[in-house]
Amino acid sequence: MVSEQDEIYQERILDHYEDPYHRGHCAHATHRHSETNPLCGDVIQMELQLGDGGRIEEIYFDGEGCRISQAAASILTEYMDGKTIEDVKKLSAPEMLELFGPKLSVLRQKCCLLSWKVLQSAVHSPIDGSARDGSSADGEATSNPAENGDDAR
Amino acid sequence: MSTTKPTAASPLDAASLRADFPILAQSIYDDRRLVYLDNAASTQRPRQVIRALSDCYEKTYANVHRGIHWLSEQSTDGYELARERLRGFINAASSDEIIFTSGTTMSINLVARSWGDANLRAGDEILLTTMEHHSNMVPWYQLAERTGAVVRHIPISDDGLLMLDALDELLGPRTKLVAVTAVSNTLGTINPIRTLADRAHEAGALILVDAAQSVPHLPTDVAELGVDFLAFSGHKMLGPSGVGVLYGRRELLEAMPPFLGGGNMIGEVRLDGFLPGELPAKFEAGTPPIAPAIAMTAAVDYLENVGVDAIHAHEQHLTGYAHEALGNISGVHIIGPPPEEKAGIVTFMLDGIHAHDVAEVINRHCGVAVRAGHHCTMPLHARLGVTATTRASFYLYNTTDDVDTLAEGLEITIRKFRRK
Repeated sequence: MVSEQDEIYQERILDHYEDPYHRGHCAHATHRHSETNPLCGDVIQMELQLGDGGRIEEIYFDGEGCRISQAAASILTEYMDGKTIEDVKKLSAPEMLELFGPKLSVLRQKCCLLSWKVLQSAVHSPIDGSARDGSSADGEATSNPAENGDDAR
Repeated sequence: MSTTKPTAASPLDAASLRADFPILAQSIYDDRRLVYLDNAASTQRPRQVIRALSDCYEKTYANVHRGIHWLSEQSTDGYELARERLRGFINAASSDEIIFTSGTTMSINLVARSWGDANLRAGDEILLTTMEHHSNMVPWYQLAERTGAVVRHIPISDDGLLMLDALDELLGPRTKLVAVTAVSNTLGTINPIRTLADRAHEAGALILVDAAQSVPHLPTDVAELGVDFLAFSGHKMLGPSGVGVLYGRRELLEAMPPFLGGGNMIGEVRLDGFLPGELPAKFEAGTPPIAPAIAMTAAVDYLENVGVDAIHAHEQHLTGYAHEALGNISGVHIIGPPPEEKAGIVTFMLDGIHAHDVAEVINRHCGVAVRAGHHCTMPLHARLGVTATTRASFYLYNTTDDVDTLAEGLEITIRKFRRK
């Protein structure tokens, strides 16, 4: 059997997948972004309602995909609720992987980091007509590399 | 490309062939037998091919068609011998019709860039199918962007067969090329290439065949099939990665302009221009994949010793066995046609469990390697209304034990995620 240390589908992860934190939509979203992982078709959308001082008044995610991508989005959403866009920008990819918990292979790290990437972009993606931009783009939101899997010839 | 009854006993002793493949003798994650079911992505190689590679580097390696010295003669002889062996393997008329490329993708791109740019005009049509790999779609979309040509698709039925009735409407005087896969890398469907070639030619079009999934698994005779271009890869047929083949009919290749420019492909270079060289050098600019090409002789030897007919029969036996074993598991849905209509590819979905989670669990718990995702066939997945599937694909060294382990892994996966 797989040892507990090697088990990526820990109870906490499966709980987040089956009973996610804030899956859905903000009542008054000011920022929104979504992306697809071209490797597997996983989709994550992040919606934010930003308040004074860049405080995250409300945060919701939506999407579909594997247990890792969806659980990671739930974990990230719970962690960021009530924090600020500065906290979002400060959260590095290694810190996101640590927040997730179980050690992931390089390929599955992409599943875990999808919601993190989407959130980094979401704070720079005001919805048309909404009051404020999160901040000027600073290049922290990474591009989505077209990793296309193993059938490449 | 004949089909045999899937329930027929396998003519191969896969368990003893397995002993030729050092990589398959390993245990992974401490104690799990490696069950390699990702052969449609890339196969493993027997020690005969590995030895051919190391022999080349230890004894005969130099650049080819260049040096007037002993090593260069050895390398050139080995390189041209491989070309001749591959010619025989697909029954091409001349070894000049065998162009070494880096793989199927480059072979198709070569035709799109060279033949396509020279011959297609705005309004001309390229006919593909819904089930093509991205490497037999994107080069044609790019060609369409450059020329104003139009890309159309032969549709498929719900069980993954080409709807040939649509050809009456799709093939016409504007059709210049039919580009179709011989075997779907996702569904396993074996397409009727001879029929498609006849229909294309009746309409005045050429036919290019993506044979990446067929040449390694089914007897292939380009004369009998009547195809104009055929592309395949070494790494999917026990050979090294980095080498592939474009077969083209001589008169077509002779009329086509060179694709890549550089050394080896020239007849003469002056300060005011160049004259292209003869076939096949015309399409082999630069230093080719020398050692991988040379080692293809060992791969062809191995496949011919086992017998491609026997390999196909063995894979159909495994496919029939897998359809039965997986079909007995509640919640497993296999896509594509029944076993007798396809090659050794079994692609499926599990109710409520994403393909990546399936692959992860069967890998860690059972040492099973499969492919999970869209397998470079996003339009096909869209047609079937799914985003990701799990694919098991077989080769000559796979056994019914491998299929049993896969089935066991799926049972574990289902139990693991059925918590509430």
